[in-house]
Amino acid sequence: MKISVASGKGGTGKSLVAANLAWSLSGSEQVTLVDCDVEEPNLHLFFPEDQPSVSTVTMQVPGVDQDRCTLCGECAGFCAFGALVVAKDQVLFFPEHCHSCGGCAIACPAGAITELPRPIGTITGRMISPSLHLVTGTLNEGEVLAVKVIRAAKETAGTGGWVIFDASPGTSCPVVETLQGSDFCILVTESTPFGLHDLALAYDVTSQMGIPSGVIINRSDGKDEAAHRFCDEKGIPVLAVIPFDRKIAEIQGSGDLISRRDPSWKERFCAIGRACRSLVEGA
Amino acid sequence: MRICIPAKGPDAGDFVDERFGRAPYYLIHDTDTGKTESYKNPAAEAMGGVGPRAAQFLLDHTVNVLVTARVGGNALGALKAGGIIILLYDEAGSTVRDAIAAYSRGGLREQ
Repeated sequence: MKISVASGKGGTGKSLVAANLAWSLSGSEQVTLVDCDVEEPNLHLFFPEDQPSVSTVTMQVPGVDQDRCTLCGECAGFCAFGALVVAKDQVLFFPEHCHSCGGCAIACPAGAITELPRPIGTITGRMISPSLHLVTGTLNEGEVLAVKVIRAAKETAGTGGWVIFDASPGTSCPVVETLQGSDFCILVTESTPFGLHDLALAYDVTSQMGIPSGVIINRSDGKDEAAHRFCDEKGIPVLAVIPFDRKIAEIQGSGDLISRRDPSWKERFCAIGRACRSLVEGA
Repeated sequence: MRICIPAKGPDAGDFVDERFGRAPYYLIHDTDTGKTESYKNPAAEAMGGVGPRAAQFLLDHTVNVLVTARVGGNALGALKAGGIIILLYDEAGSTVRDAIAAYSRGGLREQ
């Protein structure tokens, strides 16, 4: 069962939902939690662990053999991103523009270009418990290919048991990459015009991708009519309403989990997981 | 010498464009013949990498000197590697003809 957690708006509580859902379900089932917010991953802060295993994510970039290069200009002419410039006596490469398409190596008639790996990020694996595995994707500073790191994190996570993907805010490529292949998407919103506005955007992404979704209203002040109305109109279920509560904020703010501190929250998150599963299996 | 001036339009009477990579036109003036050629910048609307691509365009058109308001880091590296001299000319509201005249008078600072 692959479930992604998205929101559109930042700060609505994606990480709270993803971490608590994973922790709660792992009490009785095998769970992999995947931090796909690779520009600012933080789920590991909920799960201190001493011996993480780290692997490097690379992208293929052109290496030019200046001896074989005839300075014909085919590579730079092919590159749609301005990553190669053929100057008077050398080929210049601008790695931050390269999208790793490999086209320059094919376009080169002299066989002067070979592709070389360049590190752009890391995948960190942590065994939180025998039944909970946390996989964190981290994009190196200054790099742009978040999608590549997200893909590597998803591959590392595999497909066994429950796999829960915590998406980044927004509705662009990194979120689409995170959602791709999910059985279900939990959309986390808050009872503000901003939360609702971005919920509509995020819902558009899930519906265009054909992924069934449900909503969790977080930090509810009890006046959630607009969010409920939106869900009724779209025919999507409200899976849970989490109140605006100082106690929850304190636990979350201290790096702990409400489901770890309070068995009733653990049961509520397990129920959310069961609801997602029955919505998928009933669909 | 072949002098390139990024411009907002295709004619010598059009305004200079202070953006090197995103200027819609490049005007190339040949000081030996006194003629000015006009080219549409093929990468003006591109998503990214416009600096290096603009530098490549100048290299392909055998430009010797670029007269412009400013040049970004990537383009600067490519222009220098290609031996193109960059002369700074930042006069808002001036035309390509004004920029050519300023080059001819001399005294423009090199980047």
